[in-house]
Amino acid sequence: MGGREATMVLMDENGKRCDGRTVDEPRRIMIKAGGLKNADGSSYIEFGDNKILVGVFGPRDVHPKHMSDTDTGILRVRYHMEPFSVGERKNPAPSRREIEISKVIKEALEPAVMLEKFPRTAVDVFIEVLQADGGTRCAALTAASVALADAGIPMRDMVAAIAAGKVADTVILDVNNEEDQAGQADMPIGYMPSLEKITLLQLDGVLTPEEYKKCVQVGVDGCKLVYELQKKALNDKYFGNKGD
Amino acid sequence: MASHSVIDELKKTQILELLEQGKRIDGRVLDEPRELSIETNAIPKANGSARVRLGDTEVICGVKIQPDRPFPDTGDKGIFMCTAELLPLSHPTVETGPPQPPVIELARVTDRGIRESHMIDVTKLVIEKDKSVVGVFADNVVVDYDGNLFDACSYAATAALLVSKSPKWNWIDDSPVLAEGEESPLPINTIPVSVTMGKIGNHIIVDPNGDEWDSMDARVTITSNSDGNICALQKGGDEGFTLEEINQCGEIAIRVGTKIREKLKAAQQAGQ
Repeated sequence: MGGREATMVLMDENGKRCDGRTVDEPRRIMIKAGGLKNADGSSYIEFGDNKILVGVFGPRDVHPKHMSDTDTGILRVRYHMEPFSVGERKNPAPSRREIEISKVIKEALEPAVMLEKFPRTAVDVFIEVLQADGGTRCAALTAASVALADAGIPMRDMVAAIAAGKVADTVILDVNNEEDQAGQADMPIGYMPSLEKITLLQLDGVLTPEEYKKCVQVGVDGCKLVYELQKKALNDKYFGNKGD
Repeated sequence: MASHSVIDELKKTQILELLEQGKRIDGRVLDEPRELSIETNAIPKANGSARVRLGDTEVICGVKIQPDRPFPDTGDKGIFMCTAELLPLSHPTVETGPPQPPVIELARVTDRGIRESHMIDVTKLVIEKDKSVVGVFADNVVVDYDGNLFDACSYAATAALLVSKSPKWNWIDDSPVLAEGEESPLPINTIPVSVTMGKIGNHIIVDPNGDEWDSMDARVTITSNSDGNICALQKGGDEGFTLEEINQCGEIAIRVGTKIREKLKAAQQAGQ
């Protein structure tokens, strides 16, 4: 996304990043389960300045019918950005980028959802990015897992996601917009902490073999932090008044 | 609106029976709109924004303001455009893909109400005549559906425009150049308020909810401005209105609109 500027100071001499975070500190994360009235399950996430709403429907009949599978249910994911979510107004029609992100998020969620229990049906996940600020696909995947759980769809685990990356020759956790544009590498990771499986992994940028290993480790550790917040969001909705 | 959900005949009969007694299914009186809540500046990255709930219908509007080329025949006017989209997460029957005729009507009626009221003074949005003007885009997205999207989208767009801060551009070397740190509210002439009424049997109801919307025989959306004049109207549905009913609807729209305009003003003051 955009050119790489060398001029921006991404890390100062004290190891603080451009927004004041330490190398392994994620941005502020707030996850809320539920919220939409018509959707079977929903969630809302604020991840730094990202604001994303997710609604889930299903399992339900498949339209068009030829998409249905007699052996298993199918998962359909749409990732979509609002025209006002980014700096310059975005054309509301889906872009190639949005179509690709929809596909990788779908493939990241599929191992978690027990679709084989619902043959001939579809589970639809609709992701709406209200405001974008770098790392939307990770925030969206995190929120989508919570919305699927909120819909009561049987799952093996939830997928937590966050990006690791490299700026100023240092491996960092949770790449923000500036670091994505001007940094050296960006590696979004989706991970199922209980099953210990990585279900989303992308990379753009150059890493040495050592940095590569470290990046994956930092990302997986970050996912574990996000996972706790996902569980807390569901706890707050379903068991919120107990124990107070 | 979202395509007709299969409302059972029982509910339709019940709605009509209640109306015969002057009552509505959710306990409102006939000319009472639902609770309206407006949260402004919900999307800080937009130039102005609002998250509006009208009962259980929820709409988010974001305004983007940016330099644009003027239309060839109106080089001395800026551009105003308002859109509306039903997000698939707003209702189980909404599908992805190109918008269906009801959604296109929604977007056009929302746009027309605000445009024809001359809410935004587009003559003040010119950077360089015939070459560059300011474009104001108000994009509505429906996130939860419970009837009457016309009014919900209109209130969201109006509230977002009222709190919008427009950047300033100067014409330097044949191109618009952003003047750093110079922001001002949009040039506002009036506050339009749309009021949608449904006709069920011989009864006129204000702000139909989802169940009422599915039972309606006809509807009319009337937009009035701050002076109490009517500036846009759209009739829909496959029944007719009598002349008397249309006159009555005009009066209701102005009366109910006055109260809603106060809420929009309060949201504007809170959001500035």
